[in-house]
Amino acid sequence: MVSVKILGTGCKKCQTLEAKVRELVTSNSIDAVIEKVTDLQKIVGYGIMMTPGLVINEQVKSYGVIPKDEQIINWLKEN
Amino acid sequence: MNDIFKIKPKLLILLFPVWLIIYFNLESIANIFVYDIINLTKETHLTNAIWFFVFEVPKVLLLLTLIVFVVGIIRSYFSPEKTRKILGGKKLFVGNVMASILGIVTPFCSCSAIPLFLGFVESGIPLGVTFSFLIAAPMINEVALVLLFGLFGWKTALLYMSTGLIIAMISGYIIGRLKLERYVEPWVYEVKAAHLEMEEEKILFSKRITAGIDAVKEIVSKVWIYIVVGIAVGAGIHGYVPENFMASFMGKSAWWSVPAAVLLGVPMYSNAAGIIPIVQALLEKGASLGTVLAFMMGVIGLSLPETIILKKVLKLQLIFVFVGVVAVGIIIVGYLFNLIY
Repeated sequence: MVSVKILGTGCKKCQTLEAKVRELVTSNSIDAVIEKVTDLQKIVGYGIMMTPGLVINEQVKSYGVIPKDEQIINWLKEN
Repeated sequence: MNDIFKIKPKLLILLFPVWLIIYFNLESIANIFVYDIINLTKETHLTNAIWFFVFEVPKVLLLLTLIVFVVGIIRSYFSPEKTRKILGGKKLFVGNVMASILGIVTPFCSCSAIPLFLGFVESGIPLGVTFSFLIAAPMINEVALVLLFGLFGWKTALLYMSTGLIIAMISGYIIGRLKLERYVEPWVYEVKAAHLEMEEEKILFSKRITAGIDAVKEIVSKVWIYIVVGIAVGAGIHGYVPENFMASFMGKSAWWSVPAAVLLGVPMYSNAAGIIPIVQALLEKGASLGTVLAFMMGVIGLSLPETIILKKVLKLQLIFVFVGVVAVGIIIVGYLFNLIY
């Protein structure tokens, strides 16, 4: 089971990333729990200064950008 | 659609001469299109307006694509983390100067203002220095610079950039000297952040080019519509509004025009891309440069939505000081330019 967190407040990029991750998880039938983190203290706690952040198994994988599909799938499958 | 962008980065170099040829022949292209293809009679209001539109839209879009691409590459060398490292331990003033300059090159979006603010404060960067960054970053953005360069010329673009920098430096310095830390929400100082050691691997230049292309896709797809609509309205003004029409209320003689322009500009936000072409047309009809500059800085630099976001981390008093100091700075700049020009 992979734990995926999307860090971000209400910005458009954050929503795009969340939708994308959900879609990729379903279409690749990956066993994952996806959580959206909107609490600023928690977001900053991960050490990122740009949203959206993508955290997989408590590891920050990317921030400030929407990664490419293949990249996200690789990260999800690594674990 | 996405396949178009999958061209090899090296092939982009071949596109540059094409860009140059089109850019430097836009006037003839507009002439041929307006007078020969759609066959309008010269010097009517409608023809003037249409010519203006046909000439300006491709010009601004071409410039925008090139500059956003270059800025995207430059920004790939910077990150908020690096900026934070550079600014750490810097004293007031030197810190303010550096923060303002870094505000231009560090990737920034207003939705990231809060995490960035927290990250800076958490690592001990003084409040005033943080503010210099937060003022410069949105105020001096590439879209505004492109539009100023394209529609007003390089002098105005440079003028805008330098006055923006000065306002950011001085406002941040003043906020720092006022010692307003108590007006930051207390929880901000309790934030403990992990310090990411992101791999500082060597990024291949082709990756930076991809970053440039991504920036173009993201920004151009977002603002082109504002630019087209803005230029269309500007074209209407250009063709139909009588000369000197604006002189009475946006001219030098109207002393109240500068503060009024700032007041009007602050609530307007993401439409900066659409507002500059309109403003350019107004300038032609007798509005004065200082007033126009003040208006643009109000629109781009001080935005209501962003200020409301800051409410999460700042108490109202500090928000008022922030808006007040920046607004006064803009007003002074406005009067100064009305005096000089």
